[in-house]
Amino acid sequence: MSDNKKNSYDQHRSRRKFLKGVAAGVGLIALPGKDASASLWEEFFQKHFKELSKDELKAVIGRLEAKYSSQFDKKVTVKTTLPIEGVRYGYALDLSRCIGCRRCVYACVKENNQSRDPQIHWIRVMQLDKEKGVDLSRAEHYYNPEQVPEKGHFYMPVQCQQCEKPPCTKVCPVQATWKEKDGIVVVDYNWCIGCRYCMAACPYGARHFNWGTPGLPKAEMNPVTHYLGNRPRPRGVVEKCTFCVQRTREQPGRYPACEEICPVGARKFGNLLDPESEIRYLIEHKRVFILKEELNTQPKFFYFYAT
Amino acid sequence: MKNIFNFFAGTLVLVSKGSKAYYCWVLFLLTLMAIGASAYMQQLNEGLAVTAMRDQVSWGFYISNFTFMVGVAAAAVLLVIPAYVYEWGPIKEFAVLGELLAVSAIIMCMLFVTADLGHPERFWHLIPKLGRLNFPQSLLAWDVVVLNTYLVLNVTISVYILYSLYYKREPKHNFYTPLVLLSIPSAISIHTVTAFLYNGLGARPFWNSSILVPRFLASAFCSGPAFMLLIFLLVRKYTKFRIKDEAIQKVAEIMAYAMFINLLLLGAELFKEYYTDTVHLDSFLYLFQGLHGHSALVPYIWTAMVFNMSAFFLFLIPATRRNTKTLILGCILVFVGVYIEKGMGLVIPGFIPDTLHEIYEYSPSNIEIMLAMGIWATGLFVYTMLLRVAIPILNGDFHVADNGVGSFIGDAVFISRQVTDEVPEERPTSSSH
Repeated sequence: MSDNKKNSYDQHRSRRKFLKGVAAGVGLIALPGKDASASLWEEFFQKHFKELSKDELKAVIGRLEAKYSSQFDKKVTVKTTLPIEGVRYGYALDLSRCIGCRRCVYACVKENNQSRDPQIHWIRVMQLDKEKGVDLSRAEHYYNPEQVPEKGHFYMPVQCQQCEKPPCTKVCPVQATWKEKDGIVVVDYNWCIGCRYCMAACPYGARHFNWGTPGLPKAEMNPVTHYLGNRPRPRGVVEKCTFCVQRTREQPGRYPACEEICPVGARKFGNLLDPESEIRYLIEHKRVFILKEELNTQPKFFYFYAT
Repeated sequence: MKNIFNFFAGTLVLVSKGSKAYYCWVLFLLTLMAIGASAYMQQLNEGLAVTAMRDQVSWGFYISNFTFMVGVAAAAVLLVIPAYVYEWGPIKEFAVLGELLAVSAIIMCMLFVTADLGHPERFWHLIPKLGRLNFPQSLLAWDVVVLNTYLVLNVTISVYILYSLYYKREPKHNFYTPLVLLSIPSAISIHTVTAFLYNGLGARPFWNSSILVPRFLASAFCSGPAFMLLIFLLVRKYTKFRIKDEAIQKVAEIMAYAMFINLLLLGAELFKEYYTDTVHLDSFLYLFQGLHGHSALVPYIWTAMVFNMSAFFLFLIPATRRNTKTLILGCILVFVGVYIEKGMGLVIPGFIPDTLHEIYEYSPSNIEIMLAMGIWATGLFVYTMLLRVAIPILNGDFHVADNGVGSFIGDAVFISRQVTDEVPEERPTSSSH
């Protein structure tokens, strides 16, 4: 009989929801109600990240750290580490090595606090035919064999290409997303209005929207976060790969999670401005290409064949 | 100041008066609005996950409706040009009804965009100085600017004219003519900018074609007037307002030309894509034939094609254009045809296949349909209220009372079947030819 009870409760709830809707009337905007806490109002009136003074930034970070810490039952830090002078990050991926195991996909989810339910992945790995080469129209996105790699196939992971000329930042109507000095394209989750124009503009499917409330279990939450990177996201905003800004801007720096996990060493990361770096060597000596070169987005994510 | 207050107080009294049919109509709209509001509440509670949109197809029914309504709003210019630039009497008599339609359509546009936002409460980020409007970089910022400009212009012009007539004053040419002239490029600009919004994305070959802007304009000059004609025919039949046949004929004639250009441009686009047969053809294949077994839009687009072609001939042939029945049929066909073609038919194939060639088939969820219906009802409600005031003013049935304070209301019915219109007068020779 508990089923019955539940049903009548649901009915009651849906009727109440309906009446609430009717009462709310037309063209209503979701302003915080009068019972909302002061921090909700602070959040509502929070300025654009780049316009925050030092004190204001401190207050914002304090508010966010307190909020996340209580939400996830652990000490959460939110960094605002600035770009390092003389650094421009670049990524290179060896298509001849990648085996399509998707370990990078899940290491990224773990590191960057993506929603587990609904699932959000910043990296998409496609299975392609060796005979046909890089022809996206023949890509298999949801390959799921017992074992990878499969004969006759190669694998191509795609994530944010951190374009030098990003079409996504250009279209944002409120400047909620921009390219930082070190070349990383970031989003201010507290400024994004959720119009998703950037998703229409991105040629690489690299931007993802929080359609529902992100489901991030307390135990799995990574408490070391960056304001412009892996801090927990609210519903209704766009998010994307930041080359693990919370790791790569540290000194000494750490590699992005996807680079670190790769079991075959297909992923290479480094400073494009350093002529001695491994990434510069690869770009200068290997067969390299960038995705959708004709769009002139100038990605800083390079695909290469080492063998 | 007191005059303004008296005017608006008078309009409130006026809109509360009407026949049973008027009350039923308003009640019907209010019900749909309430349903839409409840759908919106659910969307606010649970997020846009209640829609069928996902990362692959990140714009859907809301933005499709928005795009279509921009066209309807822009079409008011088709009345404004003959009325104010050429001072053509038969249209000038009711041009203000076109401006009011533009006002209602823009309000709908804004509601549709708001419904699509993940964080509507952050709308103030779009306000210059207060927020950070990305102008002139973002075409969406441009759209915010031109839509608001167009709204303000049309509200100012129509309210000023009606207000003057209410106080039995001749509207001052020097005041409204510059505004009217400004509203013409502004109407073109709302549609151009909305087309650019899609057009400027290299990531979406389906939209990235230079023919998109003229296609937008041509289709807007079909669908907008079709909607206006339907309303004017209704207004003529059910209110005391008279609209001359030659005015309606003129608008229908313009629609025939616009539809020809629309079909020509579509043909040009189809030829280019099908003949060159590059990978960019995929979106067209999805729309017209289906792609890899996915064909949700195919029956719709062919319906639109048949409707648009038939309507073109109905408007082209003078006999069917003059016959009220075939004229109404033509208007309905155009309206539905362009609604499909410039709504879902334009937005969805831009995302299918997506940028990594994945196919996610989209069709709106119940919440999306309910909310969209609510917004349509809101637009029609706003327009009904505006007409409830404007038509009696134009008829001389609503003006300031003799004591100069109260208002005279000569039309307490508004909606009722008019007997005088049963026999439409024949006009074998028209001055417009």
